[in-house]
Amino acid sequence: MKNPDDIKYTKSHEWVRVEGNTATVGITKFAVDQLGDVTLVELPAMGETVTAGDGMGTIESVKAVSDLYAPINGTVCARNDALEEKPELVNDDCFGAGWMVKVELAEESGVDALMDAATYDEYLDSLD
Amino acid sequence: MDLKRTPFYDRLAALGAKFVPYAGFEMPVRFGAITDEHLAVRRAAGLFDVSHMSEFWFEGREALTAVNRLVTNDLRRAKDGDMQYSCMCTPSGGTVDDLMAYRFSETKILLVMNAACHDQDVAHIREHLTGDVTFADRSDETAQLALQGPLAVSIFSELTDGRYDDLQIMTFTEGPVAGVPCLISRSGYTGEDGYEIYCPTTQALPLFDALMATGVPRGLLPIGLGARDTLRLEAKMPLYGNELSFDITPLEAKLGWAVSMDKPDFVGQAALAQQKANGCARHLVGFEMQDRHIGRHGYAVVDPAAGNAVVGTVTSGSPSPFLEKNIGLAYLPSRFRTGMDIGIDIRGKIHPAKIVKTPFYKRSR
Repeated sequence: MKNPDDIKYTKSHEWVRVEGNTATVGITKFAVDQLGDVTLVELPAMGETVTAGDGMGTIESVKAVSDLYAPINGTVCARNDALEEKPELVNDDCFGAGWMVKVELAEESGVDALMDAATYDEYLDSLD
Repeated sequence: MDLKRTPFYDRLAALGAKFVPYAGFEMPVRFGAITDEHLAVRRAAGLFDVSHMSEFWFEGREALTAVNRLVTNDLRRAKDGDMQYSCMCTPSGGTVDDLMAYRFSETKILLVMNAACHDQDVAHIREHLTGDVTFADRSDETAQLALQGPLAVSIFSELTDGRYDDLQIMTFTEGPVAGVPCLISRSGYTGEDGYEIYCPTTQALPLFDALMATGVPRGLLPIGLGARDTLRLEAKMPLYGNELSFDITPLEAKLGWAVSMDKPDFVGQAALAQQKANGCARHLVGFEMQDRHIGRHGYAVVDPAAGNAVVGTVTSGSPSPFLEKNIGLAYLPSRFRTGMDIGIDIRGKIHPAKIVKTPFYKRSR
């Protein structure tokens, strides 16, 4: 599966879709393939301030617990609460219905430091 | 350190295996989703490459007596052709490894042990083995496949013209499978019916290919270590490094049925006899999470009736794909009994759990 080129990426395999002053955050197909079947997603609370590079949540698969890192700076303004009942949405549609949180961007949002799809693809190639 | 590969590595890679380092081997952790593999074994069949396991052979006039001094169970109570589950202990009763003994005769015994314990097993055996017996480590020359699940017997029957249909559970025999000379036992580590099949590493591929060719049309999947772990946990089979260690005795692990106090001396017997007389301070219990969280290996267990004081540690914990609950095992003081409420400290928050009867899963016969 190709990484969509209308969104941005981090080295810790989160994706970010910026629309106006908010950013939607999820994890990439690569991350999902590494995790296996996702069984639980713990998201930050509404209104929580998140800082790029810091942990803001937890993703559990059958075998492992992984941190969900904040890709940008801002304040959580929406959570994908559907993941509570259906964590498998992350496996089924990581770039769509499996999104995790929306973040209202801070002034210094850190969006400029994110990778575009072509750079992320190159980064993934370098991991092999 | 260079990782070893089993003879099936290329076959597993071609099937899409994700490999992880395990016990010095590159082993498949999963092929697709662990849940799918798990359910295939509960509902149809699965094929496991477990060639990393150790095969230790003991031969000689005093083989039975010598091995019986190394293990906790009493091999005199097994007949030739029987398998017997057992532990190997230090003089202080801690567990060196758990194992499956294959009694060929009084002069020939095979112990199948954990790859992760290979070096400590060999050191312990060399230190404590006495008598007219030779010890041979044939782990590298031996491949092992496990065929498990409700369809395992009929798949194997189709491949072997029914020759091993009547092999009784926990017994073994020798014979050809797909033209390969094999040791075949009716046993496994999943809680399902099935076979464990050993053959020389050099002849292993035709065996694998034949089992896949016969099984896949019936719903068989290749299974990785991930589902092997969730399957054995549902069946409450201990995993060395989790439920067993040098610091844990078989009695604490509730394996007293595999510890024979009325046989002649074995390594650890005095310490275990004393522990049995005094009672264990802690014991292994099963728990079910009461919310959606997962109490995993190493997490602290607390007593909600005592201000959430830490009382023990989780040894294994995972989602149970078959029961669709989050289950686990933990060592707790012996006053903790089935039905009692406990808490699991998951990243600093206490989540409710309840002690339940085990095994979590038992197949219907």
